[in-house]
Amino acid sequence: MKYEEIVHRCFRCGYCKLTGDYIGFNCPTYRKFRFETYSPGGRMWLIRAWLNDEIKNTERFQQILFSCATCANCVEHCVFPFSEDLVNIFIAAREEMVNNAVIPPPVRDYLKNINISGNPYKEPADQRGDWAKDSSIEIYDGHEYLFYVGCVGSYDERAKKIARTVGNLLLRAGVSIGILGEKENCDGNEVRALGEAGLFQFLAQQNIDLFKERGIKKIITLDPHAFNAFKNDYPGLGGKFEVYHYTQILTSLIPSHELPLKEYRAKVTYHDPCYLGRHNGEYNAPRKILESIPGVELIEMPHHGENAFCCGGGGGNFFTDILGGGEDSPNRIRVREALDMGARILAVACPLCARMLDDAVKAEEKEDQLEVLDVAEIVTRALS
Amino acid sequence: MTDIMHSLADIVGEDYVSSQPEEIYFYARDPGLMPPHEPDYVVVPSTVEEIQEIVRLANREKTPVVPMGAGLALTGLIIPLKGGIVIDMKRMNRILEVNEGARYAIVEGGTSQGQLSAYLEKNYPRLRHSIPDAPPTATIAANVTIHGQGRLTQQRGFNSDMVGGLEVVLPSGEVCKIGSCALSFGWFSKGPPLPDLSGLFLGWFGATGIITKLAVKLYPRKKFRDVEIFVTDRGELVPDIVYEITHTEMAEDVLIFTQPMPLMFRDNHHVSFYITGDTDEELEFKRKLIWKALDRFIKAKDGGFMGIPPAMKPTLLEMPQRSASRLADVKRGGGFEYSGPIIMVEKYPECSEKLKELASQYGLAYSGMVRVIDGGHSMMFAFAFAFNRSDPDMMENTRKALKEVSDFVLKVGGVYWKPTVEEQRMALENMDPNTRKLMKMIKENLDPNGIMNPGNWEFIS
Ligand SMILES: Cc1cc2nc3c(=O)[nH]c(=O)nc-3n(C[C@H](O)[C@H](O)[C@H](O)COP(=O)(O)OP(=O)(O)OC[C@H]3O[C@@H](n4cnc5c(N)ncnc54)[C@H](O)[C@@H]3O)c2cc1C
Repeated sequence: MKYEEIVHRCFRCGYCKLTGDYIGFNCPTYRKFRFETYSPGGRMWLIRAWLNDEIKNTERFQQILFSCATCANCVEHCVFPFSEDLVNIFIAAREEMVNNAVIPPPVRDYLKNINISGNPYKEPADQRGDWAKDSSIEIYDGHEYLFYVGCVGSYDERAKKIARTVGNLLLRAGVSIGILGEKENCDGNEVRALGEAGLFQFLAQQNIDLFKERGIKKIITLDPHAFNAFKNDYPGLGGKFEVYHYTQILTSLIPSHELPLKEYRAKVTYHDPCYLGRHNGEYNAPRKILESIPGVELIEMPHHGENAFCCGGGGGNFFTDILGGGEDSPNRIRVREALDMGARILAVACPLCARMLDDAVKAEEKEDQLEVLDVAEIVTRALS
Repeated sequence: MTDIMHSLADIVGEDYVSSQPEEIYFYARDPGLMPPHEPDYVVVPSTVEEIQEIVRLANREKTPVVPMGAGLALTGLIIPLKGGIVIDMKRMNRILEVNEGARYAIVEGGTSQGQLSAYLEKNYPRLRHSIPDAPPTATIAANVTIHGQGRLTQQRGFNSDMVGGLEVVLPSGEVCKIGSCALSFGWFSKGPPLPDLSGLFLGWFGATGIITKLAVKLYPRKKFRDVEIFVTDRGELVPDIVYEITHTEMAEDVLIFTQPMPLMFRDNHHVSFYITGDTDEELEFKRKLIWKALDRFIKAKDGGFMGIPPAMKPTLLEMPQRSASRLADVKRGGGFEYSGPIIMVEKYPECSEKLKELASQYGLAYSGMVRVIDGGHSMMFAFAFAFNRSDPDMMENTRKALKEVSDFVLKVGGVYWKPTVEEQRMALENMDPNTRKLMKMIKENLDPNGIMNPGNWEFIS
């Protein structure tokens, strides 16, 4: 296994499962399951035991490994020099399991669907661009930016709305964007996180070739997961593009009055998506956008920024739901935290987080108290 | 499912009990060097009532129960030596009350040091507790159960001296209040003026009961805090240096470290003292008094103050010190263990010599870490060795070195702190026979079925 030479170095001291200020546990799987085995240290020790043949690849072991949301809280807070590799180690272990074809059925189904249909929903590829129908968003043809939406933005009803909102905002601000429509492929970020390295490489290569063929140099992504793959994984495979998350573009447009805003009064708290925040260090852009809306009162939850608590949708869990369910599912914990702060709007900058948290608000039966909105949707409400 | 498994699931809910190989593997071991032993079940309860039910069940079934906090004592105290049920306490982590005026906090038995510290910093910035340098997941209840020490130990004694009261589930399953809270709504004293029953639980490693709530005494948090390090290459002078510093009564915490790396540290003894103040004047006043007290050592060219590089200051001032945990990676191998006897400060020179001797004899990476206790009445001297978990020879050598420490401790009049089972046996064998008899009476009366963390404080006749 890759990283095998590191696994024994974990001291299981537990810094990894806390926030940096120690106010509470911040590993989403540990918060849900509460056995040490579901914490990063637990995983490290169990992976070692598995490699040494002291334990087997059981259903529970699979649950322990595949419930990891790859949120990188452990990477942020582990005190050892190998901290950077913690999530990589968990993914490497998943890779081994995928290679041995002993994985949880929902993971198998997800990978199969991507392989066969190019998306996890088994939807026809020719409907991938339907979300943009009835809008002025054009098919990419030498535009300055490719607007890459991803599987969730293309097929999930809630996320499609966000994709349209972001696309329309960018157009309104005069940004030259085009989409790939039915030619868009899965970015593969979750495929990689679920341990299917071969399929990821295949998808990445397809995308890189397509982008190059179309002359694409700059990309704006809707989804922080795609942003992560394009920014961090594609360059190693020959795909070097200028990549932005849409909030990074919007943040420069508001002060320059490309998007003039009127007052919109609301008490808002912002949920950092892990693949924008911890994985890519972008904490400010979404906050700057929210702060620039007159009338918005931005309040921070105790778990924010580097200490943000994951919604539980990362690492493939959005699709496999291995981490979901029950009162202590991470999305419900997160929604309760927002409610405790007295926020009326829980702002997100990721279509996966939007869906996860929307579902949690419903599960908590708090639809009358808290609304989950993408940053772009809040900006749209404030447009004059 | 076995009957016990069914019953446990009824008590804590199916999701919070396991007898699966993964939990059995993990909870069979701690990060130290003791051999593993598997539990039969692991439970993660969330209420006192659940703990009571578990203990009652264990009594009926004559099955051991082993309470566990973060499992960081390192000396095998949470390894279920006779199987049974490991109770992971960390779901019981609520901070129930802070009494600002009387300066105490009541927390549940699985609350972590880090959590209380962060909570106080945020909500009661003028209060603090005596936080140890253990990783912040370490639990407060476990720490007092093993008589831990923290940042206020030089001024206030063991962390267990700073307890304001306990709620304990006895081996019978009954809940019992210990201290002023037995009679009053206030948790301000663990015993006095009543007979101090806290001694039936503190220091017993869960072998007499499970602490489900405790009051932790809080102390003023000053606005400023600073550290200075006095260095000498004459180990024999360290007791004098400590004596002078503690005589001033100006220091918050006094630590000593001696280690071979980086090279500039080798063969030196670093006495670091922390000072606090609400104003610059207060801080400087304390600093000057201590400087003055140490002047004679400087004049005699026996030592001096180390210039602390600015990058090092935050490391020294953080609580807990993360660098303490990093010792586990010195051999790139995820392990360190220490024996930390409580011993008189005058024995420092012998201890530091012994540490170096053992490190060289067994070829080990070492660090000597000392915390002065209660104004200098004693110190905890940690003989710490880093090891590589994937190198069985190095692990065996570390075990051997630590075994030698165990023998050495008794010779120099030390008392084991958080002793391994073997050290517990040695302590019992060597102590006053009537003390041993009293301990036996207490244990057998409280826990007639011997279900509480058995193997620990187990009595030789
Ligand atoms: C890097 C490092 C630095 C350290 N520095 C310090 C330090 O500065 N000061 C210090 O004191 N210690 C220190 N330690 C030792 C140890 O980690 C701490 O004492 C810590 O507080 C132990 O807490 P825990 O929750 O990990 O205990 P555990 O190991 O989980 O338990 C210790 C004992 O308490 C019992 N127990 C647990 N919970 C309960 C309960 N609720 N009721 C009854 N019994 C219970 C257990 O059965 C066991 O016998 C350090 C350790 C490390 C690894």
